[in-house]
Amino acid sequence: MTTEHIVVVGGGMVAHRFTEALRARDTDGRYSVEVIAEEPRAPYDRVALTSYFSGKSPEDLQLGDPALWRDPLVTLHRDSRATAVDRDRRIVTVEGGREVSYDHLVLATGSYAWAPPTPGADLAGVFMYRTVDDVAALRGWVEERRAALGRPVRGAVIGGGLLGLEAAGALQNLGAVSTVIQFADRLMNLQVDEGGGEALKRLIEGMGVTVRCSTATKEIRAGKDGHVGSLLFADGGEQLVDVVVFATGVRPRDELGAAAGLELGARGGVVVDDTCLTADPAVSAIGEVACIQGACLGLIAPGNTMAEIAVDRLLGGTPTFPGADMAAKLKLLGVDVASFGDAFATTPGALEMVYADPVNGVYKKLVLTDDATTLLGGILVGDASAYASLRPMVGAALPGDPAAWILPEGSVEKGEIELPDDAGVCSCNNVSAGAIRGAVNDHDCHDLGAVKACTKAGTSCGSCLPLVKKIMSTELEKAGIEVSNALCEHFALSRAQLFNAIKVAEVTTFSEVIERFGTGRGCDICKPTVGSILASLYNEHVLGGDRAALQDTNDRVMANMQKDGTYSVVPRVPGGEILPEHLILIGQIAQDFGLYTKITGGQRIDLFGARLEQLPQIWKRLVDAGMESGHAYGKSLRTVKSCVGSTWCRYGVQDSVGMAIALELRYRGLRSPHKLKLGVSGCARECAEARGKDVGVIATDKGWNVYVGGNGGFTPVHAQLLVEDVPDEDVFRVIDRYLMYYIRTADRLQRTAPWQQEHEGGLDEIRRIVVDDSLGLGEELDAHMARHIDSYEDEWKAVLNDPVRLRQFTSFVNAPEEPDPTLAYVPQRGQRRPATSEERASGAVLIAPTTLEVRS
Amino acid sequence: MTAVPDTASSTATRVCALGDLTPELGVAALVEGVQVAIFLLADGSLHCVQNLDPFSGASVMSRGITGSRGDVPTIASPIYKQVFSLLDGACLVTMDKEPKEGLAPGLRVHAVAAEGDAVVVTLARD
Repeated sequence: MTTEHIVVVGGGMVAHRFTEALRARDTDGRYSVEVIAEEPRAPYDRVALTSYFSGKSPEDLQLGDPALWRDPLVTLHRDSRATAVDRDRRIVTVEGGREVSYDHLVLATGSYAWAPPTPGADLAGVFMYRTVDDVAALRGWVEERRAALGRPVRGAVIGGGLLGLEAAGALQNLGAVSTVIQFADRLMNLQVDEGGGEALKRLIEGMGVTVRCSTATKEIRAGKDGHVGSLLFADGGEQLVDVVVFATGVRPRDELGAAAGLELGARGGVVVDDTCLTADPAVSAIGEVACIQGACLGLIAPGNTMAEIAVDRLLGGTPTFPGADMAAKLKLLGVDVASFGDAFATTPGALEMVYADPVNGVYKKLVLTDDATTLLGGILVGDASAYASLRPMVGAALPGDPAAWILPEGSVEKGEIELPDDAGVCSCNNVSAGAIRGAVNDHDCHDLGAVKACTKAGTSCGSCLPLVKKIMSTELEKAGIEVSNALCEHFALSRAQLFNAIKVAEVTTFSEVIERFGTGRGCDICKPTVGSILASLYNEHVLGGDRAALQDTNDRVMANMQKDGTYSVVPRVPGGEILPEHLILIGQIAQDFGLYTKITGGQRIDLFGARLEQLPQIWKRLVDAGMESGHAYGKSLRTVKSCVGSTWCRYGVQDSVGMAIALELRYRGLRSPHKLKLGVSGCARECAEARGKDVGVIATDKGWNVYVGGNGGFTPVHAQLLVEDVPDEDVFRVIDRYLMYYIRTADRLQRTAPWQQEHEGGLDEIRRIVVDDSLGLGEELDAHMARHIDSYEDEWKAVLNDPVRLRQFTSFVNAPEEPDPTLAYVPQRGQRRPATSEERASGAVLIAPTTLEVRS
Repeated sequence: MTAVPDTASSTATRVCALGDLTPELGVAALVEGVQVAIFLLADGSLHCVQNLDPFSGASVMSRGITGSRGDVPTIASPIYKQVFSLLDGACLVTMDKEPKEGLAPGLRVHAVAAEGDAVVVTLARD
């Protein structure tokens, strides 16, 4: 079979979806794909463009797995613009004259930002809002003007639709004052009705953005310096501005198709049939450039659907476009807005059921059939939590009293929803309820991660995840698969439940805990968990009471067991700052005991190969010199990594080392569901890689940004912004609460990243709890952390002073000084390492464990 | 591995005083050159198994965590977390791993008893 060549013109989200879906489904390699992208980067998440202003980098916006672009059947040309299509010869000409021939051409050129012809629109300081380069230029301009003017920058956004409000939020994030100028009589007039518009306006104004509706901009005038200076309105008003952003809609980029003689729609766009094919059977058009069923659609969901349809057709399927789902749920300036189905009640006889609460800024409307049973659509402003449940119900009967869905929680009981199999759940990836049930029942996906990986549901915007989880749990329940949170056979409770039970009952020993809340003797799963909870709650020595037997050997002997049964030793080096005396001491100890030394990823030094009975001697020397346990063995704070910061670095804006040391000393010894790693960077260059940590603190010129929930390891995740530009004391308070709340509510061995993701309401809800104190837990969490800090003692120092505990550190109860005779080492690069089985068998030259001297 | 010689004997060896043992915390002992792990459980029972962990090849069983599976008292390896019965040494949870080449998956169980204040071990014969 010969490989046919597909050329995709355009490098946006829909082009990405097309390429990804084709490579995923064309398992026989029938097609090769060449993508001609105008922007200098691989396709990125344009929907999340605004997050660029809240600290995300262009790389964070990357779509999907970058390995797609290394697929041998995929070629991506960046910075490359198609200038002509010759349909007779099936050739695309690229800027510079290169010709690319195709068997099939896919137009995915998208849209451009359109601005009404306005005098002065070409002045410096007038921007569009479409690409990463647009927003980067806008950011550069605002920052430069702020520095030049020495006062907050005055910004105006022309256009009060979805994109306009995004842009206003972006200006606010940049510290500019912003005004939204809207030509229509209300904000987001395409999505919400008058009542919703009013609620939205009040909420947005509450955020400090000024809103002017029913206002036409006649002219943009230059200021004295020749830059943009003011806006002149049709009603004669004038407003001073330093920056203007046009967000007045988009138009399809159909010029390539038009020049190639393809039919265009009445309002532009390349006309395609329901399978995304143009009149030329060798040319498809998908996404915003396609005029399908008479309209160009400017949302990502129908664009992705078109990409899937085109792929399906190329692979021999017969799909057709189901009609656009123009439903949308957005968070603009922190305000929830959702609109779905027949939001404007255009269906004959449609009834509107409205709940409005101007005090709390909530507006909700359901559109129902004339018998008030079948849901047709709706608008939710201020609280869109019902969106995920309601949107898939469009066209179906709502069980119970429909008012329950819009009245405040609990005032009327909601009916139980059972979605039909064909109801769409994830509109970004076009996943139905049936597909999710199939994943659970036929593909053995028994947790959210597996369902996501199998169906792609919830992998784009994530707004449907609560619903996906609910459908999954219902199916598992039906199948008799218990969704068990039980820790192990000895405890039916989850870690979080057990934590609360122990706290309320104030029990302090494992025997009491298992007697009251469990059965049997415990095991290697529940014992360390209870040990960790007791340590978190009571701050007593990890080996105190009956606790030594609860701990894993690492915690029990306060060192990390290695593969041959010896241990590694890691003294704490707070913030990675170390005295020369301590470096020398560590080197001296390594020489004296013949230990293998390696620098760790957490900016400290690991000494390998120490035997159980050697640990107290080693630690005595470290403790005497003022060093202490680094807790490298514990489910607890490991390190706070830092860059060198403003004290030495030319670019640093804050003392990152000082902050890192303060944090490390504050949280050292804190027991938690899993290990904790922190990082502090002294400027936005982020040399400490803090966003790969559970908590990352990054200096700004106004204070610190705190990011949470980052993770390296098996599933790397970037930490997300929790608070911005805060002073030192707020950094401590907010991290105190975040960590304590995590310790109280996470599952066993659940790191912060999945905890945060699976927490109901995600990071936003966690922010409400730890920053805004919505549960009134703040003082308690603060007090708990204060107790931890006050009662901290170095575990190793305490053990060295306790002859009873020291007895544990013997090799054999009847030969306390005798080393384990089975240990054997071979030299490697001037140090020693454990001998392999082959080396032992072959009789290679082994170094006996008693031989400390390995230097030749 | 040559750590476990075949010269098992039926001689009882005193290894320590009962008071040297902490409930639920294992200790290692050398008995006629063989490493064993001894456990005093909370119910007062004594158990002794080989100290060699068959899944890692390291002599570490005395440093594992005691527990139970159903009614069977157990010990978990501190290295790859396999769980063994303290009664017959059978491996109850393999963690989807194979023992090191040449090693049986279970633990050898040795006789252990308290004689007065003394803890006495008798190595099992082949």
